[in-house]
Amino acid sequence: MSDGAGANAAALARAERREAQGLFLLCSPAVLLIAFVIFLPIGWLFTLSFTDEQGAFTLGHYARMLHPAYTRSFQTTLELSFLVTGICCLLGYPLAYLMSQVSKGWRAVIFVCVLFPFWTSLLVRTYAWLVLLQRRGMVNTWLQDVGLIDAPLRLVHNFTGTAIGMTQIMLPFMVLPLYAAMTSVDRDFVKAAASLGASPVKSFWQVFFPLTLPGLLAGVVLVFVLCLGFYVTPAVLGGGRVLMWSMSIERSVAVYSDWGAASALGVVLLVVTLGILWLMNRLFGVGRAIGGR
Amino acid sequence: MTVSRSAPTVTIREVTKTYGRFRALDAVSLDIAAGEFVTLLGPSGSGKTTLLMVLAGFVRPDSGSIRFGETEMVLEPPHRRDIGIVFQNYALFPHMTVAGNVGYPLRLRRVGKSEIARRVEEALALVQLQGYGERRVDQLSGGQKQRVALARAIVFEPRILLMDEPLSALDKKLREQMQIEIRQLHERLGITTVYVTHDQREALTMSDRIAVIDQGRFAQIDTPDRLYERPANRFVADFVGESHFLPVTVADGSARLGDRILRLADGVRPPSGAALLVVRPEKLDLAEGAGEGLNRIEGTVEGSVYQGESFLLQVRTSDGNRIAMRQPTRRAALRRLPQPGEPVALALHPDDTILVAAEPAP
Repeated sequence: MSDGAGANAAALARAERREAQGLFLLCSPAVLLIAFVIFLPIGWLFTLSFTDEQGAFTLGHYARMLHPAYTRSFQTTLELSFLVTGICCLLGYPLAYLMSQVSKGWRAVIFVCVLFPFWTSLLVRTYAWLVLLQRRGMVNTWLQDVGLIDAPLRLVHNFTGTAIGMTQIMLPFMVLPLYAAMTSVDRDFVKAAASLGASPVKSFWQVFFPLTLPGLLAGVVLVFVLCLGFYVTPAVLGGGRVLMWSMSIERSVAVYSDWGAASALGVVLLVVTLGILWLMNRLFGVGRAIGGR
Repeated sequence: MTVSRSAPTVTIREVTKTYGRFRALDAVSLDIAAGEFVTLLGPSGSGKTTLLMVLAGFVRPDSGSIRFGETEMVLEPPHRRDIGIVFQNYALFPHMTVAGNVGYPLRLRRVGKSEIARRVEEALALVQLQGYGERRVDQLSGGQKQRVALARAIVFEPRILLMDEPLSALDKKLREQMQIEIRQLHERLGITTVYVTHDQREALTMSDRIAVIDQGRFAQIDTPDRLYERPANRFVADFVGESHFLPVTVADGSARLGDRILRLADGVRPPSGAALLVVRPEKLDLAEGAGEGLNRIEGTVEGSVYQGESFLLQVRTSDGNRIAMRQPTRRAALRRLPQPGEPVALALHPDDTILVAAEPAP
């Protein structure tokens, strides 16, 4: 029994099982943590959204969401998120492209410029925008000095100001995945395209751009989803005139102490976010971005 | 697909490229005949890839001229040079199918759809990949990717084909098979080809002529057999083939190894000044008897290595240099193989006696 095909088979299988158990044990703290801080609260959120003050089942919280105040807030949220994501694409792509093309030294400089906002407090940056964009702020003063405008523009406490501030804060989330995608594109692809007869413009749009699409989509999803739930910047720069979905949630709790309504709003935000992620994956999923035509 | 356009000659004149103080190319000149297969052979950093990139238009030289036929090309951007390139890592577009890749240069040239389909299938057939058009690039093996890259580089009938170490990622067997296939394809298409490699065997197998490049200059430009049998200098003798060098003194027009005068082939004159005898293991034989008319080298066997098809006998000559001799593993030859520690006399035919000038060792 000591040699042949069956030698040590049982002991080896036991060792394999022990290793699997060991790995499971090592993972279990993380699994438990996720269960307690994510799944449990979400379950609780769902329950709250379906119960009234007496603890009975109700769809009332959801029915109320058809009220124009809520639908308008929902529309604002989507509009802002689409706009900010779009601007981030337009600004982020050239910036990431520049980073992927320049020498190491310049790359470091641009990297610091892109990442610097990350190291500053969100609140500080938002108030900085408030100072810059106000009626007698630097931007308006400068535009007037140069003679581009006669009267100060209304740049804060409205949709415009919110969009400007959010774009600046979201830009790194667009640039970083784009940059990663661009550096992973082999430069020989562009050379190959040129040798086959593609002009620089054609080789960019037909070869380089399609190969960076996964990075662009990752950036779009990241920025869009973060925008959907954004609270601080719209609250400060919107000056109460731009009502985001997240602010509706805050009001329900802070002003009306209505946990049921707040929970229902939260559930809708969560479902919409997941729905968009699912849709993005369906439309431009991994398979299409890498393997398709 | 046959030669539909007459292949142009390629004229490289005094091309220089420096990176800071490093001279990647030092005024190199090379004439390539129409339809010729020329290999740039050299160690890494010798400038062979730089020259290829200058030909392709990706590297702008400091000075010099590149002409295809009579047309000056040195200022043309890559996409207007009409050159097919096979890259070392294939550079197949991962977002296109095999047919998409091969058809891409034709789409750029606004060829009609049905014509594209026909020519793509034709090119794939040429590299023995009929019916692979709809495959994704990542479903192909290394050898298949190589073939697709080749098909893509020739489908638009470019004026010149450049290949940058295209086989270096393949395993030995496949590499040798592809060498023969590329060579046969070249004979069928007659396309002017410049091939870059650091593998001397590959260069010898495939080329009409080989340009050995070292530190940005050509060390020798010659046919494979002349390059191997009559290396022009120590670098070429060392880089192409397995060589050992024995110091030789030259006086009164004859070369002496130790106290023996070396017999040379008819019409071969030793270089003036100090020289080196190039000893290649496969050119040596065990000396039988007096060895009339042959050059004789004496020494002691230090060791022998069994290498399958041959035995490599390591010998220390009587004046202390190391050389090696290769003996096929035929039974009859093995019987008389001397053992380590035994004295041995080796014979070298005058026709195989190669002398090169002794320059400072690289």
